[in-house]
Amino acid sequence: MDTKRTVFPARGLPYLLVAPQLLITLIFFIWPAGQAVKSSFEAEDPFGLSTRFVGMQHYLRLFSEPAYLASIGRTAVFALAVSIISMGFALILAVAVNRLVRSASAYSTLLLWPYAVSPVVAGILWWFIFNSTTGILPFALEQIRIRWNHQLNGTQAMILIIIAASWKQVSYNFLFFLAGLQSVPQSLNEAAAIDGAGPVKRFWTIVFPLLSPTTFFLLIVNLNYTMFDTFGIVDATTGGGPNQATNTLVYKVYTDGYIGLNLGSSSAQSVILMAFVIALTVIQFRYVERRVQY
Amino acid sequence: MASIDIKGVKKVYQGNVTAIHGIDLAIGDGELVVLVGPSGCGKSTLLRMIAGLETITEGTIAIDSAVVNSREPAERDIAMVFQNYALYPHMSVRQNLEYGLKNRGTPRAEIDSRVAEAARMLEIEPFLERKPRQLSGGQRQRVAMGRAIVRQPKAFLFDEPLSNLDAKLRGQMRVEIRRLQHRLKTTSVYVTHDQLEAMTLADRLVVMNGGRIEQVGKPTEVYDRPASLFVAGFIGSPPMNLIPLEALKNIVGSAVLKDLPTETDLIGVRPDRMQTGEGEGFVLTGTVDLIEPVGGESHLYLHVEEIAAPLVMVMPGRPDLSEGAVVPIRLPLDALHPFSTRTGLRTD
Repeated sequence: MDTKRTVFPARGLPYLLVAPQLLITLIFFIWPAGQAVKSSFEAEDPFGLSTRFVGMQHYLRLFSEPAYLASIGRTAVFALAVSIISMGFALILAVAVNRLVRSASAYSTLLLWPYAVSPVVAGILWWFIFNSTTGILPFALEQIRIRWNHQLNGTQAMILIIIAASWKQVSYNFLFFLAGLQSVPQSLNEAAAIDGAGPVKRFWTIVFPLLSPTTFFLLIVNLNYTMFDTFGIVDATTGGGPNQATNTLVYKVYTDGYIGLNLGSSSAQSVILMAFVIALTVIQFRYVERRVQY
Repeated sequence: MASIDIKGVKKVYQGNVTAIHGIDLAIGDGELVVLVGPSGCGKSTLLRMIAGLETITEGTIAIDSAVVNSREPAERDIAMVFQNYALYPHMSVRQNLEYGLKNRGTPRAEIDSRVAEAARMLEIEPFLERKPRQLSGGQRQRVAMGRAIVRQPKAFLFDEPLSNLDAKLRGQMRVEIRRLQHRLKTTSVYVTHDQLEAMTLADRLVVMNGGRIEQVGKPTEVYDRPASLFVAGFIGSPPMNLIPLEALKNIVGSAVLKDLPTETDLIGVRPDRMQTGEGEGFVLTGTVDLIEPVGGESHLYLHVEEIAAPLVMVMPGRPDLSEGAVVPIRLPLDALHPFSTRTGLRTD
């Protein structure tokens, strides 16, 4: 790294300049996170008058609790499904737009709109579309003899939140895939065409491998997204039900902590989630950064 | 091995921009033809049309007497070496070489023997298992050539393959390409803007300008008898001196220059055909403005009364002259090239 360093004559100035950012990080991120870690080792009496230290008790209890273990499995299904669906659709759209010459920017702009929709609104939107009494899709499904009622059917509820969460994330993935595709030199495609590879073969043997840094990066980002940013979608559509079927880890933090008022267990759950996101971020920095250059 | 026949080929891009205005060119079997011209002259477009990477707006291109206009690049049985090499970065050198053969369903044993053969020929055996990023520019260039050779195609197409190399390597690779082409006797089309490359490599030179062919011929023919003002200025370094006929007549009298074809109003002289001292021809008096010693020879920039642009003269060795000296410059009669400014063409 030979970036130019600026030397400030007054030693206090640099600290003063980074102070606002540091302050925000400390007050809004580090402090609450520290509080969560602290309360995950404590138990509170029902009236919130006293707390006592209980050690690893919350953690141990969580991992022997069937509801929590089931929630891990559900979250895994949800996260993988959303990542695969949203990345798959985004890749198809990006490949299609990448072939356009003139209208590419218009399509890209339109395809970005879902990302601007807030998770709650996205949830409500899909809730309307899938509403079992008034929605358009259940009506259509009725014609092919599928009864749609996500208020009663857990699998259908899961499908609903997967669709809603994927739809919102397609835009983001699309943007990155498009940028990735545009950085694949055209001459590689041409060389492969001369080398006798058809368009599909060219895509899978040349373009897709060269996109792998983008794909890996997006996979991490999408896993993070489904783990943490989907609270609004779950809350607005299914509220974790029916019968816990859509109670993902992040939603469970909320139901146990705010509705069940079990602050200790809720804190322990958020610490586990925090550990998970830290692990993902480490992986991302260690491997993605290194593999970008080929 | 094949001939390539280009008949009345035009290229018009969207928005009615014409890149190529009707080109006819017949490339013989085993011939190395160099397309040379300044950027934007259409030489790369023409090459890409032969390769099938650009559509042909009008006219036909035939490889081995079969019109290939509507064939995919893969079906034309040609190989191309790109300017940026276009090696597949995620594959090893070996995989790069094998890719085209595998796509065509070549048997494994055949692939192995062809790759081994090409690797030996190009001396890239030690790097077969490396990735392109681990190679130097010259090595990548060899791999790119190897990828073309293993295919044993009907024709090689080279798109400025040496322009990313440094001067020394460029010279080496130029010689190697020539040697390789002689040995394999594969019909080749080579695009470059470097006139030294063009002169040394070509069996036949095609000078292009503004989407048209200016002149086709052996490099020496093109050099000795440029067909147009453009070719005169483009081929040869330093470029040909162009002197207005009027100015020349004012200096040496109209009697000497009376046998020129009508329409002639510009006289070209190659810098290396100008001499000092006595002899046949006529003599101008010039003042030395600047001397550039380039090693084995020196370039003299001369100012001659009545002629606006400085004349450039190439002298062997290091002449015993200093800047400001007044020297007689002799132009031999057989070194004069008559041109017409109106048509831009040679007049004799």
